[in-house]
Amino acid sequence: MDEPESAKISMTRSSEAVPSPAGQPPKTNGAQSKDMRGRPRRRADAIFRMLVQGSGVVLLVIMAAIAVFLILQAIPALKADTTNFLTTLNWAPDSTPSSFGIAALAFGSLLTSLLALVMSVPVAVGVALAISHYAPRWLAGPLAYVVDLLAAVPSVVFGLWGLIYLVPSIIGPSKFLSTYFGFIPLFETNGTYGKSVFAASVVLAVMIIPIIAAISREIFVQTPRDHIEAAWAIGATKWEMVRTAILPYGRSGVVSATVLGFGRAIGETIAVALVLSANYEISLHILQPGGNTIAANIANRYGEAGGIGRGALIASGLVLFVITLIVNFGARAIVRRGEREGA
Amino acid sequence: MKRPQRRVALGSLIGAGLLLTACGSDTGGSPSSSTNPGGAGITCSSGSLTAAGSTAQQNAMAQWIKDYLNKCSGANINYGGGGSGQGVQQFTDGKVDFAGSDFPLAAGAEQQGADARCKAGPAINIPMVGGPIAVGYNVPGVTKPLNLSASNLAKIFTGKITKWNDGAIAQDNPGVALPALGIQTFHRSDGSGTTYNFTNYLAHDAKADWTFGADKNWTAPGGQGAKGSQGVAQGVKSTAGGIGYFELSFATQSQIPYAAVGNAEGKFVSLTQDNAVKFLSYAKVAGTGSDLKLDFDYATTDASAYPNLLVTYEIVCSKGNPADKIPLLKNFLGYAASPAGQQELPAQGYISLPDNLRQQVQQAVNSLG
Repeated sequence: MDEPESAKISMTRSSEAVPSPAGQPPKTNGAQSKDMRGRPRRRADAIFRMLVQGSGVVLLVIMAAIAVFLILQAIPALKADTTNFLTTLNWAPDSTPSSFGIAALAFGSLLTSLLALVMSVPVAVGVALAISHYAPRWLAGPLAYVVDLLAAVPSVVFGLWGLIYLVPSIIGPSKFLSTYFGFIPLFETNGTYGKSVFAASVVLAVMIIPIIAAISREIFVQTPRDHIEAAWAIGATKWEMVRTAILPYGRSGVVSATVLGFGRAIGETIAVALVLSANYEISLHILQPGGNTIAANIANRYGEAGGIGRGALIASGLVLFVITLIVNFGARAIVRRGEREGA
Repeated sequence: MKRPQRRVALGSLIGAGLLLTACGSDTGGSPSSSTNPGGAGITCSSGSLTAAGSTAQQNAMAQWIKDYLNKCSGANINYGGGGSGQGVQQFTDGKVDFAGSDFPLAAGAEQQGADARCKAGPAINIPMVGGPIAVGYNVPGVTKPLNLSASNLAKIFTGKITKWNDGAIAQDNPGVALPALGIQTFHRSDGSGTTYNFTNYLAHDAKADWTFGADKNWTAPGGQGAKGSQGVAQGVKSTAGGIGYFELSFATQSQIPYAAVGNAEGKFVSLTQDNAVKFLSYAKVAGTGSDLKLDFDYATTDASAYPNLLVTYEIVCSKGNPADKIPLLKNFLGYAASPAGQQELPAQGYISLPDNLRQQVQQAVNSLG
């Protein structure tokens, strides 16, 4: 994820004076017609630069095109909505009068994804550390392989597992939590259990562990040898070495991995649609049936949606798009601050 | 390292594809063996037809297409699922030759849009397949089929009756030892013609207790939602005290017992092929001309008419079809509406159209142009 400093600099255009991200004095290079080592630029360089920049531009164009498409499709439905799109707890776009709102769906998307992160990040970081620094060589290889393999399992498989196995077997633990910790609003129930936000979050957590673990592992492995040696040299125990050398080095990578995991969780469609019992209420009672997410709602409602219904679903997709963008920017800010403090 | 990994990923993707297709079908099971190996009732023409829409009729279509193509090698017919709403949209956009839909075209914008596509004549609804809806339950210890009145069903599905040994249920089931078990209701979380017709039945036969009208999306509070009839059946099957509604084929496949439901007069009617066809035969044609949009007669007091079923339509241009498509369109839909075609249905978990209606359907198909 994060290239070493030297790689970052070599990727910026050599002719420009770019202040380095770590706040070191700007480095300038020679005349425009020379490359970094002072050799004349070749045509291949120019072509390669064009290709690379082209790819970047194409990506931006695709993103913009998606946004424009979503907005254009959503506008007629949003105009037809007779209630407040942001606050209504209902989804009946094709009824007369049309009434639908994103509140419960957006809330459910964020709640399931956040719960999934809370459950998966500690486990994933542990798995990554175990593979990179704890497991013996003969075990680390196969373990890493299994984690990568898990990342390739299609989500519908996780969904079916959730529906057929997890939902019935999570009732016991749910009852336990509700009986003994019911004073916490999160664990309160109305006495029924089953297709709950909790079950959906567990499915999502299992789905995103491999992504977070795989990326974190890659970062941890790259920890410079001298950081580790330095920790050993001042008499650190293994845990102290991990805490002072590996985790600080890998922090921005773990945050990036978490953001990717969050992206997969909040965009997950079919697994959530299979496991959640869809309704349109905002409730923190994660152990009882209920909950819904933007993506699952699209999967559930698209097939039978009429003209306005389709537009309404696309409008909800637009909201999901915006939420993901905000989360990404937020995470980037965290990474950047971390780099500045760590430097 | 790289290679085996990729192979495994590919394998699981293919697996997922298979699973997804299995989920899409609304009646479960694949087309079973044909009752029409000789291709009776089929007149061949060549060309190609594309259709899409209702997943409820997908297995029926698959069977008819298989029969037709077996006999007629020059034809090419495709029916894609996707849901009724999708089908109607694609029909209106001119992307398919006809659409399968669990609902007739809604008066207003939807009908006008479809008419505009047809230009020369209005778009019409032709009922083609009937599907009985079972109310399945999981009550341990109860072996005799339960009697559930429309009013009790409405109260159960709105959370007003919460125990299986409630007096109102016990009263209708003398001699049955009902357990003091909580009731857990399951409904569809996706939009569905099954939900529409089940709630339509409740809205008519349990007016006082069901105030949510008929809707393809479940609107009543409480209960658990599940995706697809498969999901509802799975929920009922795995939950002691569970109850849900789904097409009959899911009840028989998963061996879930189903109730005799109450009609308008409070008589209990068990779900059999004959009883369902009987109810369909009372349906009134609400459309004009060759439009055969149906209104079910929920008020019927006939104790051998099972009042909880759905009918799924083909939506097609009455006039203005492309000249090169007309022969195949008429011959294929004509086969579906023929006695031989309709006889394929019971084996797929559907019911055949009653003869009075079937003849009207055949006339409507013949008049297409």
